[in-house]
Amino acid sequence: MPALCRECLTEFKDGPRCPACRSPRVARHDELFDLTIAHMDCDAFYASVEKRDNPELADKPVIIGGGRRGVVSTACYIARIKGVRSAMPMFQALEKCPEAVIVKPRMSVYGEVSRQVRALMEELTPAIEPLSLDEAFMDLSGTARLHGRPPAVMLARLVRRMRDEIGITGSIGLSHNKFLAKVASDLDKPHGFAVIGKAETADFLADRPVRLIWGIGPAFQASLDKAGIRTFTDLRRWEKQDLTARFGQSGTRLWHLARGEDYRRVQRNAPVKSISNETTFNEDTANPDVLDGHIWRLAEKVADRAKAKGIAGHVVTLKLKRHNHKILTRQSQLTDPTQIADRIYRTARDLFDIVGDQGPYRLLGVGISHLSDAEGADLSGDLLDPQAAKRATAERATDAIRERFGDDAIMKGRALR
Amino acid sequence: MKLSIERATLLKAVGQAQSVVERRNTIPILANVLIEAEGDTVSFRATDLDIEVVDKTAAKVERAGATTVSAVTLNEIVRKLPDGALVQLIDDGASGRLEIAAGRSNFSLATLPREDFPVMASSEYQSNFSAKAPELRRLFDKSKFAISTEETRYYLNGVYMHVAEAEGGKMLRCVATDGHRLARIDSELPAGAEEMPGVIVPRKTVGELRKLLDDDDATIAVSVSETKVRFATPEITLTSKVIDGTFPDYTRVIPAGNTRKMEVDAADFAKAVDRVATVSSERSRAVKLQLDEDRLVLSVNAPDSGNAEEELAVAYGDERLEIGFNAKYLLEIASQVDRENAVFLFNSAGDPTLMREGNDTSAVYVVMPMRV
Repeated sequence: MPALCRECLTEFKDGPRCPACRSPRVARHDELFDLTIAHMDCDAFYASVEKRDNPELADKPVIIGGGRRGVVSTACYIARIKGVRSAMPMFQALEKCPEAVIVKPRMSVYGEVSRQVRALMEELTPAIEPLSLDEAFMDLSGTARLHGRPPAVMLARLVRRMRDEIGITGSIGLSHNKFLAKVASDLDKPHGFAVIGKAETADFLADRPVRLIWGIGPAFQASLDKAGIRTFTDLRRWEKQDLTARFGQSGTRLWHLARGEDYRRVQRNAPVKSISNETTFNEDTANPDVLDGHIWRLAEKVADRAKAKGIAGHVVTLKLKRHNHKILTRQSQLTDPTQIADRIYRTARDLFDIVGDQGPYRLLGVGISHLSDAEGADLSGDLLDPQAAKRATAERATDAIRERFGDDAIMKGRALR
Repeated sequence: MKLSIERATLLKAVGQAQSVVERRNTIPILANVLIEAEGDTVSFRATDLDIEVVDKTAAKVERAGATTVSAVTLNEIVRKLPDGALVQLIDDGASGRLEIAAGRSNFSLATLPREDFPVMASSEYQSNFSAKAPELRRLFDKSKFAISTEETRYYLNGVYMHVAEAEGGKMLRCVATDGHRLARIDSELPAGAEEMPGVIVPRKTVGELRKLLDDDDATIAVSVSETKVRFATPEITLTSKVIDGTFPDYTRVIPAGNTRKMEVDAADFAKAVDRVATVSSERSRAVKLQLDEDRLVLSVNAPDSGNAEEELAVAYGDERLEIGFNAKYLLEIASQVDRENAVFLFNSAGDPTLMREGNDTSAVYVVMPMRV
């Protein structure tokens, strides 16, 4: 069976250890050197970066997340042993692991590390589809000739370089499509290298739960449960048209995924469809002044991101999560696209007023969608709000000041509420 | 219930009913039209809980009665029947079906009990007056293009009909705006309308009302209260809730001090705008107007797709001006002009521009410029 030493990158045939360096860290698979679609997922990314920058944290359980009421955004592997999971409420995480060190996320640092990782990936292939800061799909089809080594070797080399040059580890999933590559990267974490070949795809999936499929959340899971679909074998019993009739477009996709088929391509820079920010409060609140402050801060964040990307949104969305976790979303289409925080804020604020008093809320989110180029944004004034143009000009001036003297240099009083 | 009615008459009544009915609705009875037959008339009633339309028409009623049936299906059936057919509607009151017979075609539709049909509560109207159909038609036709679709400013989702003080005394006035353009249309105040409260007539109601106004000789009975408005011809009664909100003070928006005057043939202007706008596929197409002594240059510059320019002879005597507008908005206001030249009054490139027809101040449009 073809095998590869993940340390010294020697290709060999037999034996449990690398014949060259005697390392036991070996990847072996019949199709190892033929597969080209990979998913790279950094291991406990934020926590790894924090441990790298602060060696004192190395042997301690570390949780990245904000505030008492926040949720865990990343837990290191030590904390995970205690049962801490990402997206778990912080208080629950602390119950499970009281000795955990909580670190506030430093997004700009993670962004920088992510760019370094991305640069290493760029050396392998131009076909990279980032899913977030810490994971990406790569299509290495046709690169074997260019690099002189098969994709598997280049991927093993990538994670080795990430460890040696950047100081973080990642796991690789290698397969024949995106769905399986993503599943594979999770099989051997951390610092893993897992392969799902064409030959064993069907057997591999058979008894696994369908929630393995990326994008199946609790709601979809529930409707699948209702249809008696729990595993891939259950799913395969369904005819394509029945699945489509029951679940629409997703049904057709499920039918293909059930057979390990996924024809989506690795898309470089998949277009952004929306920009949104949300925040979970320390305590549920129905106080309109407090909520108003949040709407402003979030609108400003969204606007900052839109301005940085040079895009504008035609639709503004307000999201509220009530204390009972029920989610309310309201949207409003603008007459022309915007990237001005003031307009986003005012629209979201109007939406908030329309929702009325349904608090207390535990989360609030603001977003823009139906994105277009900033070129056509905010060109037209508002007859009924003659001050809007002045406020927009003031905002542009504020942006220039903050650009030069930092984000705290100037801010609205509203932001302090 | 048993009655016969001529196909064309039936189609008109059912057509009006089905357009009021909401396409997607969760309350089954709201998809139905209520048919009530008594004496020698039959009435068709439909509602979406905000608007109610009742169409009374003559029919040969053999047995009085009432039932409800899907408005959309009934409309489809009647539409497909041959012209001139005599249609029989029969409901035996027990089977839960309405039989529709015409020539050799027979249909049987499921009914819902009439008792379940919501009838809009009648209310006291503070003001009752009659208006000529062409007058109302002008008021709403010339203003409705400016109605906003932004849900957050729901109070702009209709035409504000009210009594206003104008140069020639009190007027019946309709105003609509979406914040980018505004239309203000005046008409002579009908007798009895002096005390009318100002109301915001919703967009959908304006659309339904239009169907009552086609006949130039018709007189429309208008009734207005704080919460409802009613328009009636002898056959059709349209009752609608009005938008519960305050229409903004539009008078501040209408520029009074714009002095730079341009006069142009509205049709030529609209055609030129339409032509130059072709090169840009974007939703918000900006057209640049460059004005100089009796000369207007319209241009569009779309970096990705190309550019266009066209020159027009106009009457303009003020200093040079460059100003940009959304092409769609310009086209819409230019197409309101049907008798005389369009007169544009500009101030600066950042200020609202006013447009009217000749010197006629009974129809005034305001449009906000765009940065170009």
